Order: sequence, then C-alpha cells, then structure tokens
Amino acid sequence: MTPALELAVARRIGEFELDVAFTVEPGMSVLFGPSGAGKSLTLALIAGLMRPDAGTIAINGQVVTDCASRTYVTTQKRRIGMVFQDGLLLPHRSALDNVALAVRQANGRRARRAIARSWLERVGAEGLADRRPGSLSGGQRQRVALARGLAGEPTLVLLDEPLSALDSAVRRELRKLIRGVIISSGVPALLVTHDAEEAEELGDVVIVYDHGRVTGTQLVERPARPEPPQRAPESTGPV
Amino acid sequence: MTGLVVPHSWLNRLGIPPWVWSPLSVSLHAAFEATIVVAIVGSALGFLLAKGRFPGRNAIETVCSLPMALPPTVVGWYLLTQMGGPGPIRNAEVRLFGHPLTFTFNGIVIAQIIESFPYCLRFSRTAIAGVDPRFEQAARAMGLSRWRTAVLVTLPLARRGLVAGVAMAFGRALGDFGATMIVSGSVPMATTMPIALYNAVFYGSHEQAMVLALVQLTVAFAILLGVSRLGKLRPW
Repeated sequence: MTPALELAVARRIGEFELDVAFTVEPGMSVLFGPSGAGKSLTLALIAGLMRPDAGTIAINGQVVTDCASRTYVTTQKRRIGMVFQDGLLLPHRSALDNVALAVRQANGRRARRAIARSWLERVGAEGLADRRPGSLSGGQRQRVALARGLAGEPTLVLLDEPLSALDSAVRRELRKLIRGVIISSGVPALLVTHDAEEAEELGDVVIVYDHGRVTGTQLVERPARPEPPQRAPESTGPV
Repeated sequence: MTGLVVPHSWLNRLGIPPWVWSPLSVSLHAAFEATIVVAIVGSALGFLLAKGRFPGRNAIETVCSLPMALPPTVVGWYLLTQMGGPGPIRNAEVRLFGHPLTFTFNGIVIAQIIESFPYCLRFSRTAIAGVDPRFEQAARAMGLSRWRTAVLVTLPLARRGLVAGVAMAFGRALGDFGATMIVSGSVPMATTMPIALYNAVFYGSHEQAMVLALVQLTVAFAILLGVSRLGKLRPW
C-alpha cells in the first residue's frame, strides 16, 4: 500500500536545524514534541508553504518536493487540507462560505455550498452556517475549520495544534470529534501537538520530535470502531 | 458634460445659486473620473508593490509618490509643457482626441489623477502589506489560485485601507488647485470650485467666495463622512 506521506527533509533557520525522515500510513498520525522542536515547520514544508534546503516529500505516491531535481508542486496543487491552531477562517465570510471555498470537486456555487453544508453537518456545525467567524466560540471555529480542511477531498489533512487555544473541556469534546470525523472520512491525517494525552488519544502512530530530529515512533492500540462525531452545543454567541 | 454627475435641478432644489452650478459640477465630475482611474490603477499597483518581489519596486513607488512632495504648480507646469508643448505626448493627444488636452476638461482630469495617485497608492500598499499572510496561506492550502486568493482574501481583508485610500484620493482631486489651474488656465467649462473661489477672491466678490468656500466645505465633509460610514459597514 502506498504511504500517505513519505518525507526526508532538512531545513536550517538561523541556529535551528530540522533534519527528519518518516512515513505516514493511512489513519491518523501525530507529531508530538515540545515547542520549538520543528513540528509546525515540518507541516509548512509538507504543505509547500516553505521549501526545504534538501530532501524529498511525496504525498500519496506523488513527489511534490524534490530538491535534487528542483521539483516543487505549489501549495494549491498539493491537494491537502489544513486546520490551523486558531482556525484562520476568513473573517469576512460566513462559516458556510469558508467551507465552500475549499470544495474543489464540484463546479458551481450551489453544488459547492451543498457539499460544504454536508461537511458542516458532519462536524455538528450545521446551525453555524450563516454565522461569521467573529461571532463563533473557539470550539465552534475549530469545528468549521475541520470541515473546511476536509471538504476539498484532500489526499492528506494536516492539523497544526488545532486544540491548543481551547479550554480543557472543549478540547476533550473536540478530540473525539476530530478523530471520529477523520477516521470515518478515510483521509490520512497528520496532527501536531505538544500534549502527550492528546497525542495518545488521537494518534494511531505517534512520531516523537525533539530538537529538529525524530527521536522515536510509537504505535497506539485502540478499539476498531471510531467514535461518532459529537454535535455542537446550541450557542448564540462566543463562549 | 457638467450635468452628468449632479443634475442642475437637484442643485436648484438645494438652493445653490446658478453661478455655483458650473464649477461644482466640473469639480465633482472631474474628481469622480480621476478617482475611478486612480482607484483601479493605484490599488493594482499597490498590490504589486506590496506582494511582488522584483527589482525597481522602490524606484517605482518613489516616482509615483513625487507629486506628494512637489508643489502642485510644479506638477502643473510639467503637465502644461508636456501635454501642451511640442513632443510625442502632445502628438499622441492630437491623434487620439483631435486637439491637445491643455485648457480642457480632460486636462483637469489628468492633472487630478497625477495629484491624487500617490495617496491611493500608499494607502493601498500599506493596507495590502498589512494583511496577515497566514490567511493567504490558508487560502492557498484550500486550493485557491493566486488570483482568487487576491480577489477573495487579500483585497477584502485590506478593504478599509483601500477605501481610505480612495477617499483620500477623491478629496485630493476635489481640492486640487495648483496643477488644475495651470493645466486648465481657468477657461469656462474647465473651472473647478477652487479656481472659482480664487477668481472670486481675486475680483473682490467676497460674498461669492464665502458661498463657494462653504459649498466646498459641505461637499468634502459629506463625502468623507459617507466614505467613512461605508468602511464601517458589515464589521467582522
């Protein structure tokens, strides 16, 4: 089976040097390590938001970065989904529009919005469709961001500390949702966290980072069936 | 020509004297046309300067900003000699319009474009450069092309700065005196409100000067108030 991601890259930024190699299989993998270990930098390299100094990256068998042959596929053509720490939803667009903009597999506004609506339902945020990000709580924003990350039928979804800005109760609730939705969608995922409990709860595989190096890989045993996604609590304003 | 922007019947109803109509219409019409050009070209160039990485960016911005530092009469003199004197620019005007553009309404519009352009350029460049690049990265990760990212993400997020730049450009165009005076020569049908005010003062018509000044103050206030309200629409 083709790995969802094969990566061997090096990148120096000032004194910091990242030099890592690993593969990601279908399912959910976690990059775990302390702040400043190079986890988010790795995601930026995979997404094509930055270029490595050396190495190769292949997503779903397709080489998207190869420094030796100067192959460099642009971010928009990598067919990835991204969920950022603070959501990064476009503030001037409704939740539904934010998700619809990421839909690549359909032509026409109506078709894209229908797909976007179905994704909002899957993350329990259908009631938030017409709301602007500024009126959503942190947890609600991350639900919409998760729907946006998956709505474009990506071959890989990257989640950059999506829960770190949330309080612990919301974080626990969203962990179940994220794992449930991603596993049921069948899209391979790579999530970054510095929270050990979160890494264990979310990942099938945990790749441990420290000082820009992979220091270990750990398989997590878990029950066969994913838990169903949770519904968003009814809310009329920011929490 | 002068009735295109503000119909005289409206001005009549507002109690504005007939001798104010012509300069007011010329002023609004010229400033409106100049602002349309400046808004499109200035925002596009501001985007290029904010986002592009190419040699000569600073030189382009410096040259385009020169009218901010130059006395308007100097700008007017260059326009007069280039547009009205012998040379390729005058020849092009004659080919396109059948006559040179000095001492015409279009000459005023060109003078106002040159004078107001730097304001729109600088505001738009600053506003676009100030957009959090992570929103643009998120848009690229969603598969949006550079063009769609610019239209759907960058420009809307820079909206307030862009609107402020256009408002400043409009205000500058409406208020220009030096460059407009030299290029138009104060001929009838190309006399703007500032020139009409100057003429009124010069010929000792203090009552007329007072009315012209008051009308300009009111128009400028109303426009800037309107634009500022427009910028505050639909907060996020």
